[in-house]
Amino acid sequence: MSGTLDKLKLSLSRTKDSILGRITRVVKRRRIDDDLLEEIEQILIEADVGVKATTRLIDRIRETAKERNLSEGADVVTLLKDEIATILIKEDGQLFSDEDIKPVVWIITGVNGVGKTTTIGKLATQFAGEGKKVIIGACDTFRAAAIDQIAIWAERSGVDIIRSQEGADPAAVAFDAASAAKAREADILLLDTAGRLHTKSNLMEELKKVRRVVQKAAPEATIYSKLIIDGNTGQNALAQTSVFMEAIGCDGLIITKLDGTAKGGVVIAVAEELGVQVDFIGLGEGIDDLQRFDSREFAEALFT
Amino acid sequence: MFSNLTDKLELVFKKIRGHGKLSEKNIKDSLREVRQALLEADVNYKVARDFIKAVEQKAVGTQVLQSIDPGQQIVKIVHDELVTLLGGSTEALAPIDKTPTVYMICGLQGSGKTTLAAKIALLTKRKNKKSLVVAADIYRPAAVKQLKVLADSIQVEHFHLEGKTPQEICHEAIRYAGKNFIDLVILDTAGRLHINDQMMTELEEIKALVKPDELLLVADSMTGQDAVNVAEEFHRRLSITGIALSKLDGDARGGAAISIRKVTGCPIKLASMGEKPGDLEPFHPDRMASRILGMGDIVSLVEKAQETVDLDKAQKMQEKLLSAQFDLEDFLEQMGQLKKLGPLESIVGMIPGISRQLKGIQIDERDMERMAAIIKSMTIEERHHPHIIDGSRKKRIALGSGNSVQAVNQLLKQFSAMQKMFDNIGKKKFKGLPKGLMPFSMIR
Repeated sequence: MSGTLDKLKLSLSRTKDSILGRITRVVKRRRIDDDLLEEIEQILIEADVGVKATTRLIDRIRETAKERNLSEGADVVTLLKDEIATILIKEDGQLFSDEDIKPVVWIITGVNGVGKTTTIGKLATQFAGEGKKVIIGACDTFRAAAIDQIAIWAERSGVDIIRSQEGADPAAVAFDAASAAKAREADILLLDTAGRLHTKSNLMEELKKVRRVVQKAAPEATIYSKLIIDGNTGQNALAQTSVFMEAIGCDGLIITKLDGTAKGGVVIAVAEELGVQVDFIGLGEGIDDLQRFDSREFAEALFT
Repeated sequence: MFSNLTDKLELVFKKIRGHGKLSEKNIKDSLREVRQALLEADVNYKVARDFIKAVEQKAVGTQVLQSIDPGQQIVKIVHDELVTLLGGSTEALAPIDKTPTVYMICGLQGSGKTTLAAKIALLTKRKNKKSLVVAADIYRPAAVKQLKVLADSIQVEHFHLEGKTPQEICHEAIRYAGKNFIDLVILDTAGRLHINDQMMTELEEIKALVKPDELLLVADSMTGQDAVNVAEEFHRRLSITGIALSKLDGDARGGAAISIRKVTGCPIKLASMGEKPGDLEPFHPDRMASRILGMGDIVSLVEKAQETVDLDKAQKMQEKLLSAQFDLEDFLEQMGQLKKLGPLESIVGMIPGISRQLKGIQIDERDMERMAAIIKSMTIEERHHPHIIDGSRKKRIALGSGNSVQAVNQLLKQFSAMQKMFDNIGKKKFKGLPKGLMPFSMIR
């Protein structure tokens, strides 16, 4: 576990540098005033925390400082830690519940290029490693060679794959995959879907159909919709999440590519505004770099 | 729920228009909202701050206070500054003037490099030049196959060497191209993080070997504040020559574009607007600025229309539309024309003043097919005079088109709602828009 935490800290050290490291430097020997708060606002916005979440954070800090008669710049760090911790630290939702009925189906969705196929490959490997019987449904029948890509991952992780031709109806593949998962008594079915911008209503309808069809093929199965967000995404992550939520629900987020330079902020923004649980975060290209999101660890890594 | 920059600025300017006169204070107030809108659109914090300063300096002063319509004036200043920030004028890709010319494509994972490679190849093909797409991504599973499938679909030659390094593949590709009279070589490199030293070195080595005429960085238009760091680092190590913005068909209005352009000084040359190989356009700073300001992108629309539809017909259609004199026959024809233009959402986004009003209306291309089928089952008279369609006619139309009577009813309802909407737009269109920025003056 401590190894995980170290990796997380290492990956987030750049993030930390942009959020708390910078804030700590800024507040030294300063008093809390509008100028200081404005500089902190800048740091938060530059970390993709977003205008709304940042404004609320700054307002609360201003109020609390006033209430408690705090004036030292360094106090801001403590206040901010508390505020961010309140947003992030909640009892993490479980990935699976005892009430789940197999096959548990994960419909993996997201806009183009967020890393859906790669993430499914990693998830399949991890779940299979835990001794679960995993089946992958290759429902991205649109993007060139997407089926080949996921098939390579299925082979690597040694799990079954249900696939069709490029250009086939994704719902038909989903139906076959769900039927197969049921017949073969799989523990979990991972459905890879084509990337789609949330603004394309017909493609969002297609996604709803995939969900309906899965329900039809395996009526008892527990279905989860998981949304993948690219960690580099700015405020559009909020629009993406809310539209996908509305279309087929969102039982959890997977934030990928958090090993770059500016991160963390998008997690705070989404947690603040939409209260969706984060299931996994991607911290690199290796299979183990897709890690369970632990808000306490994450907040700790952000602050230490 | 999350309004984009266009919506925001439209609101801001509505507010300014509401005020009779502009004071220093309400300039400041409105600019604060412009700033917030820019930040919400992921424009980099510092870039947004500089932008606001520049606008404020120009706005506060006699210029605005003495002008007849201050609202118009400030819209113009914001617009002009945005155009400047976005690069001023359109910059073309390096000319394809030797055998071979080399374009190299790089960027983060999932930014849209492979799709862009195919798009550029198609564009080149349409100019009757021969191109070769080179798969230099040996890491991601099936990346090579992806490019091959795309290349086959547009009938462009594909190059890859199994078991070789990306450097070797690119080098060999150039040699091959020279021998085979290929005009343009497009190198599709693997996605990588800008801070991954080893992978960045690989790009430096490829660059040194092939000496590309154009080194394009593909940037996802949904990128947040980090766009600045990514672009800066790619530029520092590779001296990129141009930027291609991808996924512009979404609702992120490209705040990152403004930032990237500002920190690298490199021109944005391409705008990628969809998933199909044909969805690529040159980047026009002025149009983009107009679009950001909610004034629509009528020039792109007209250009696109000129390429694909009969302009005379389109003109007549527009007149009919706005005067609400169009009937179901026109509607049918219009659907046919529209289909040639490409994805409907991107077209609607180009029409000035319309994007807001159409927000609530979702367009599904399959719905359009159904509608077309229904209209085709009507007699000519019914199409010209929809009001004569009674119960028994509806039954016949439903039967003929394989739909329910409800579907026919729905179409008729939608049609009359549309008529009303366009009538409204036609009536109020020219009141709200500032004179100097009238979309139609931009066409000339």
